[in-house]
Amino acid sequence: MSNWLLIIYCGLITFLTRFSMIALLKKEMFNDRIREILSFVPSAIFPAIIFPAIFLDNSGDFQLENNPKIMAAIIAMLIGIISQNIIATIISGLASYWFLIFMV
Amino acid sequence: MDNKFRVFLKGIFDVSLLMIPVVPFGLIFGVLSIDIGFSPIETMGMSLIVFGGASQIVLLQLFSGGASSLVIISSVGAVNSRHLLYGAVVSEHLSDLKLIWKIVISYFLVDQAFARSNEYFKKNKDKDKYFHLFGGGITCWVIWQTTTFLGIVLGAFIPEKLGLSFAVPLTFLALLVNDFRKLINVIVIIISGLVATFGFNYVPYKAYVIVAGVTALLTAAILTKLNKKNE
Repeated sequence: MSNWLLIIYCGLITFLTRFSMIALLKKEMFNDRIREILSFVPSAIFPAIIFPAIFLDNSGDFQLENNPKIMAAIIAMLIGIISQNIIATIISGLASYWFLIFMV
Repeated sequence: MDNKFRVFLKGIFDVSLLMIPVVPFGLIFGVLSIDIGFSPIETMGMSLIVFGGASQIVLLQLFSGGASSLVIISSVGAVNSRHLLYGAVVSEHLSDLKLIWKIVISYFLVDQAFARSNEYFKKNKDKDKYFHLFGGGITCWVIWQTTTFLGIVLGAFIPEKLGLSFAVPLTFLALLVNDFRKLINVIVIIISGLVATFGFNYVPYKAYVIVAGVTALLTAAILTKLNKKNE
């Protein structure tokens, strides 16, 4: 598949998930139980991006020693829990990562 | 002042603080996309056609890992399934709109605009209230396109040594800050992460995002059920 076709399909599926409920659904078709479970979607999906990017190297092998990403992610997470602030989380993570690779 | 315009401006105003985190996210997307090998036009095209930060980053991540198109598209669908929730929540406020407006609003229904307009819809009953979501959505759109463009331009000057790709897991981590304090969410986060990490080399077709997501969502369904029984 060409890159453009891939982009268009990804755009279509993104649009359709946004549009389908607005266009088709009546409010009653979504009960509280389904809403509750859907509210877990970010917690269920985002870690599948986060964990491999931190613990695995480019070829997919475990990289647990000499890996500054682990410590930087832990610092970012702690700052995130304390501050509840998205920007503070990203900046503290990047700053500690750079500190670990350039200074230590 | 025209009421529609007033509500539109209110939408822009309400969403503006939430735009601060979008700036680094857009820059990172632009930089990474060029780094991975997409052309500047394709990168801009992604932001214009897809217009969804998480979707676009997942697209890049899986594309660079050599995943097939089918897996990339279905993973983007999995990431987007949260929009089903947004749509269902706002649909009751938009049911009287013409189809063309439903299409326009759907394109602009991104996380930040949804969060702000949903609060506004709950408090306001006037018939022009959808202009709030329109204003918030357009604000997100302008910021996203501008920062993507800046990322494409800046990408050429950012040394690889900086390890900017680490900003991707960090950005997603930051989107979860509100969930770290809830026990069920923490369990779901750990399960998803472990399944993805250990399944990375073993799940066929790089479908690890989908397998981890479904496993973790089932866990959430079971845990919330058990939680209710105990109450």
